[in-house]
Amino acid sequence: MDWMALSPEEWTAVRLSLKVATVATLVGLPFGIGVALALARGRFWGQSLLNGLVLLPLILPPVVTGYILLIVFGKRGPVGSWLANHLGIVFSFRWTGAALACGIMGFPLMVRAIRLAIESVDARLEEAAGTLGANRVWVFVTVTLPLIIPGILTGMILCFAKAMGEFGATITFVSNIPGETQTLPSAIYTFTQVPGGDEGALRLTLVSVAISMLALLASEVLAHTAHRRLEIE
Amino acid sequence: MTLAIDIQHRLGSFQLEAKFATGGGLVALFGRSGSGKTSIVNIIAGLIRPDHGRVVNDDVVLVDTARGIFVPRHRRRIGYVFQEGRLFPHLTVRQNLLYGRFFVPDSQRGEGFASVVDLLGIGALLDRRPGRLSGGEKQRVAIGRALLAGPRLLLMDEPLASLDEARKAEILPYIERLRDQSRVPIVYVSHALGEVARLASTVVLIAEGKVAAVGTTADVMHRLDLFALTGRAEAGAIIEATVERHDAAFGLTELRSRAGLWRLPRLDLAIGVRLRLTVRARDVMLAKSAPADLSALNIVPGIVTDVVGAEGSTGAIVEIKLDCHGDVLIARLTRYSVERLGLAPGQQIHALIKSVALDRRGLSGPMRGAAGADAEANET
Repeated sequence: MDWMALSPEEWTAVRLSLKVATVATLVGLPFGIGVALALARGRFWGQSLLNGLVLLPLILPPVVTGYILLIVFGKRGPVGSWLANHLGIVFSFRWTGAALACGIMGFPLMVRAIRLAIESVDARLEEAAGTLGANRVWVFVTVTLPLIIPGILTGMILCFAKAMGEFGATITFVSNIPGETQTLPSAIYTFTQVPGGDEGALRLTLVSVAISMLALLASEVLAHTAHRRLEIE
Repeated sequence: MTLAIDIQHRLGSFQLEAKFATGGGLVALFGRSGSGKTSIVNIIAGLIRPDHGRVVNDDVVLVDTARGIFVPRHRRRIGYVFQEGRLFPHLTVRQNLLYGRFFVPDSQRGEGFASVVDLLGIGALLDRRPGRLSGGEKQRVAIGRALLAGPRLLLMDEPLASLDEARKAEILPYIERLRDQSRVPIVYVSHALGEVARLASTVVLIAEGKVAAVGTTADVMHRLDLFALTGRAEAGAIIEATVERHDAAFGLTELRSRAGLWRLPRLDLAIGVRLRLTVRARDVMLAKSAPADLSALNIVPGIVTDVVGAEGSTGAIVEIKLDCHGDVLIARLTRYSVERLGLAPGQQIHALIKSVALDRRGLSGPMRGAAGADAEANET
């Protein structure tokens, strides 16, 4: 069973992937909820434009998304240079860039799940909360948010899984640097490109399958308990 | 309390133009489905912003489009009991009840938690979730939730419409207790004549988006020209009476009103309790002389005050209004009978009503007073 043991480099790739996917999901979450809320409940000019923009990474080839990120968030890019100069945040060839790429790719899935959950909340319950004295923020915190928890969890799991598997945009944007931007898929890809890399590729594939299964299982359990608590009226 | 409304609002092709002012007690917005009643309460609650007009509750201007005033719903302090309850499914009954209290300063919370729970009989439900409640229980919790937010006015939009007859009968006494014991004025939307006759002190009759009549319940109900709007089949007279005596041998109860003595199947109410009797026009017969050897137990002398054809002067049905020592009675007869008897205003007449026509459905609970409410509670 020795061949099952992961080498230090492989461990690094696994840990990095988990870190990147976790950061991508958690940082994306508030934006995801905000955008989903705007799309589900808002009525404003440019709503369909926003919707299209959010969904775009789902349809574009990942390489194209990665290249756009490189142009916009790269060292010379308009946003990238501003962030680097003013906030000291650098994306290019850093793990943060991998997290950004993974987050952008997972964002449409997260927004879609949360948006569907918000749309399924009975707006009449929110009206009722208003007549009881709750302003819009309180209505959201005490009524809407608790009712969309299952949708939020689903969205987070989908985003996390997408981030774990993201390859095209990441490798285009931040390349494939071991220890910095080499995530699980990039590591597997690297193994397949060198002679005798089959074993390593297989080990990481098994790890990948295991993590995906765990994520799926966790979402099932969470959704189930959340549903039982609500007991559909 | 005074509620004054003067609004115009367009909903698609439907034009709402409502203007009325009411005092305290229970005000019924009464009219057919689709007449605009719910839109009016939604405007009062702040769920709809009217195109033009003013809404003033207790000297607080809630809406004045001319001056650009629109108080948002969460600052109006107007309780709203919706037709479908709208309880929060993720909270327990107790949390639902306390929800509105969180947003109200201590000094303005009005009724205490324990007294509201007691008033509505929901003490056993507190730890359950709404999904596990029956329709009637949900509605009682919804009433409690609105009441505990310390409202200055309570709106109830057809709170019984989604319930079956048994559940309605279960809740009506609670609404009567609320009306009699709580100081919060109530605006009650309904298309059911029985509910309005039983509960309301004032009626605002709404037809096709406009106010057709405003007045005390008896005044509006007794207007023959409004029968087409109030619902002819159930229409009748409202009589306030007091329980005078129980006849154990025959299982009868005797009530006293200005018109005289009424006998009807036994009611389990204490002597002295005041209640409303609805005498449907279709249950009243008329005779020119006091009949003898008749099975009907209630024979009330009176004077004809009004004779109106229900469908104009040539229709088959005629409605006759009587004055019986201050009580109003209404009888529905065929025009054939009216002409055969030669009925005309000013004539002495006897009204005959079968005791069994005065069933429970035609009765309301005690009119006021805690003692009366207790009597009603004992009976259920």
